[in-house]
Amino acid sequence: MTWVLVAVLAVPAVGAVFRSRAVAAGAAAIAFLLSVALATGRSDGGLTGPIRPWHQLDVSWVPGLNLRFHLGVDGISYPLVVLTTLLTLLCCVYLLWTDGDGTLAALLLVIEVGIVGVFLALDLVLFFVFLEIVLLPMYAVIAGWGGAGRRPAARKFVLYTLFGSVLLLVGVFVVVSRAGTADLVVLSAQHMLPADTQLAAFILLSIAFAVKSPLWPLHTWLPDAHTEAPTVGSVILAGVLLKMGTYGLLRVAVGVLPDGARRVAPVLGVLAVTAILVGGLVCLAQTELKRLIAYSSVGHMGFVLLGIATLTATGFEAALIGNVAHGIITGLLFFLAGAIKDRAHTGDLSELGGLRETAPYLSGILGYAAIASLGLPGLAGFWGEAFAVIAALRRGGPLWTVLAVLAALGGALAAAYFLRLLYRVTHGAARPAVVGIGEPVPGELVAWAPLVVLALAVGLVPALVLGVAQTAVQVMAP
Amino acid sequence: MSFDHVALLPAYLAAATAVAAFLADLIAPGRRSAVAGVTAVGALATGVVAILVGRGPVRRTFCSADCSYVADHRAALVAALFAALTLAVVALSVPVPRLGEYYFLLGCAMTGGVVLGYAGDLITLIVALETLTLPLYILVALKRGTVDAAVTFFIVSVVSTAVALLGAALLYAGTGAVHFGRLVAALETGHRLPLTTAGVVLLLAGLSFKVAAVPFHAWAPPAYDGAPLPVAAFLSTASKLGGVIAILYVALDALRPAYDIVAPTIAVLAVLSMTVGNLVALRQDRMVRLLAWSSVAQAGYILAPLAARVPGAAGAAATLGYTFLYLVLELGAFGAVIALRGDDDGGAIADYAGAVRRAPWAAGALALALVGLAGLPPGLAGLFAKVVVVRALLATGTGWLAVVVALNAVLGLAYYLRAAATLFAPTPAAARTRVPWPVAAALVGATVAAVVVGFAPQLVLAATQP
Repeated sequence: MTWVLVAVLAVPAVGAVFRSRAVAAGAAAIAFLLSVALATGRSDGGLTGPIRPWHQLDVSWVPGLNLRFHLGVDGISYPLVVLTTLLTLLCCVYLLWTDGDGTLAALLLVIEVGIVGVFLALDLVLFFVFLEIVLLPMYAVIAGWGGAGRRPAARKFVLYTLFGSVLLLVGVFVVVSRAGTADLVVLSAQHMLPADTQLAAFILLSIAFAVKSPLWPLHTWLPDAHTEAPTVGSVILAGVLLKMGTYGLLRVAVGVLPDGARRVAPVLGVLAVTAILVGGLVCLAQTELKRLIAYSSVGHMGFVLLGIATLTATGFEAALIGNVAHGIITGLLFFLAGAIKDRAHTGDLSELGGLRETAPYLSGILGYAAIASLGLPGLAGFWGEAFAVIAALRRGGPLWTVLAVLAALGGALAAAYFLRLLYRVTHGAARPAVVGIGEPVPGELVAWAPLVVLALAVGLVPALVLGVAQTAVQVMAP
Repeated sequence: MSFDHVALLPAYLAAATAVAAFLADLIAPGRRSAVAGVTAVGALATGVVAILVGRGPVRRTFCSADCSYVADHRAALVAALFAALTLAVVALSVPVPRLGEYYFLLGCAMTGGVVLGYAGDLITLIVALETLTLPLYILVALKRGTVDAAVTFFIVSVVSTAVALLGAALLYAGTGAVHFGRLVAALETGHRLPLTTAGVVLLLAGLSFKVAAVPFHAWAPPAYDGAPLPVAAFLSTASKLGGVIAILYVALDALRPAYDIVAPTIAVLAVLSMTVGNLVALRQDRMVRLLAWSSVAQAGYILAPLAARVPGAAGAAATLGYTFLYLVLELGAFGAVIALRGDDDGGAIADYAGAVRRAPWAAGALALALVGLAGLPPGLAGLFAKVVVVRALLATGTGWLAVVVALNAVLGLAYYLRAAATLFAPTPAAARTRVPWPVAAALVGATVAAVVVGFAPQLVLAATQP
């Protein structure tokens, strides 16, 4: 099965060369099927450490830099890999049916290579290299196909996230130069670093991942980037790009530096809860559709980070399912927001009143996605938030109890702003902007349907995600 | 005293190249193919012979107490690099209207570079460095109306040489030695005079003019912008390589026992260069000025690994590795600018808008080189170059400098990206630009090299290992 690990990276890379929408969709479809197939023939390979990849490939690349081409997939990375390939496929299909640009589709494939590579990398330096691959193509997507303020937004995105990357580079080599290896499997199994080094490296890495996730107060690049990006750009950004940060925090920072994590966890927890509350309050005041969804991401990623900060198995499960659920639901929300903005030529909530009158199906799906996002039990968004709060409560002690209560309040805020969104958009008489707005076309429905189904399926059967991840999460919790 | 002529062969060939170029222009006046061809063949022969000599045993000549000319593996590598850079610049110079004197001067500069690699004492080193630089004053002045740039360059450079010589003289006064090996022995034993400390700092300061490190950088932007573009390419690659090699030899071979003075001096130069270079580059709106200021910043990254408290092979290897990756990318950038604009003038960055439609391959190469200099994929060579530096600094416990380098990379991206994005700006369709084949060949060579070392940086890292 090791060839699949390479193929899932190589197929999109080759597909990108052609700069054609049809080829891109084909390559994305093959990559998706390959990534699903990664779950076959699972075994832990006799490994006993926290990372027990089902399949591995380990080839020397640049010995002078401790860089090995070491890929592997396990229960924590698998759901995210499939999420990435699925969202890319849906975006390529969307571009195929609406008249997208071949170059844009090719860039999405390059981004897919980078993100899947991040999730598969089992070598710290390789992880860093894949993380860097994503930066410029995403910049190009925003700067080339975005809205009116695209250039400053794209520049802000790329400079901000590069700031995170360079700190990551320093952090990675603090670890590698002390430990003498960059192998994540080895590094997570034997914690050979002294406590002070762990603390320094953990702080560097967590700032790096906090920029990418993003965690309050380093989130300010996100609303601009999401608002200005084209629809597919927003979907990929929110759906999977942000997950690189939370995945990195879980797998690399917490996995390799558990002592450092224990000492910094309360700070992370406080920042995560602040993000939830600030995100919620800012959303209440937003008047622009895409910006509102963007800020809601800050809150949702706050729950994911809170889950990780508890350093418990429950918290990690919450983070994992929260990641996947956010990818599905927010991906869908950005597809919908893009569709509405393309038709109404405005994202202003007050201009969009009465959408239900003119496009009942479109506003129906929007309502479904919003309810899923606010965490209604039975839909995917519920589990991540509920588990995160439970994990914080179980951690015990005054600090974590307060954090749990505040996070739960933040969840209520999410309900408030999404209901406000729905009220604004779907009620009242039709405003001029929404008159004559069309219902979804078949291409859009094909792109959205899997997300609609998955939001319900993951909500009803969370084992879809947690089942494959259970062993991996159990062995990881310190 | 007997001379080992085999060891001297690369230097002979380099000098012969210069003379041959001059003669070719006398015999066949105005025949570009003859003059440029002779120079190219000479550069190629110099490089090949340097490598062949380097594969044999270490040869020494001009020996008294110690040897002034050491033909070892490292020297062969340096000589071959200078020959390769000269070859590339010869190819890029096809649009330049001058012939005889132009290629003669280029050959002279190459001779200086080749001899520099073999230098075993401070005097040979400084003379070789001057031989490398002297022809460049005239080459910079070749473009009409840029005499003031050349004069600035000339005066600053002469002063810097004087400073370096003063440093060497003070070291001689303090230790009685100019040969690297004997300097080490003298500095290791005995009491170190304040005079010696001053000598070390002055020598390093004088040499840092050649790499255009801040605060000795002021000549570079006007000289680059005023020179014909191929000469600017030579200045930012071969001339900078000369400075790096000189500093490397002096810091590690000659002044190793005085590293407690060398390290802080180089640290100051490195931090100032990268920070000032990047900050000023942010405000440039001419392409060559942007490249000039960015090369000031790059000098900072190049010097950074030498600022580790303990002198070590790792630092030297990192500096050499970064330098090589930088040279490939910088050559690619200048090659692409020449392909897009001809030899005369780099022009404003705004003039490059939509270049991707006029000359997709050249513009693509320029974008790749700029992104590589910024240190991001798809310019993997540049990414690994940054990794090499940061890794070397962290391995030697100089973490603060690693953080400075890392943060500067963010600053750098801001202007590299602005320039690169301009290439893709939408413009009305325009006629395609025609590129002469030697320029195209040099550009393809540099770009292919950048891609290859991007995927296989081990090639570079293995070559720079001691």
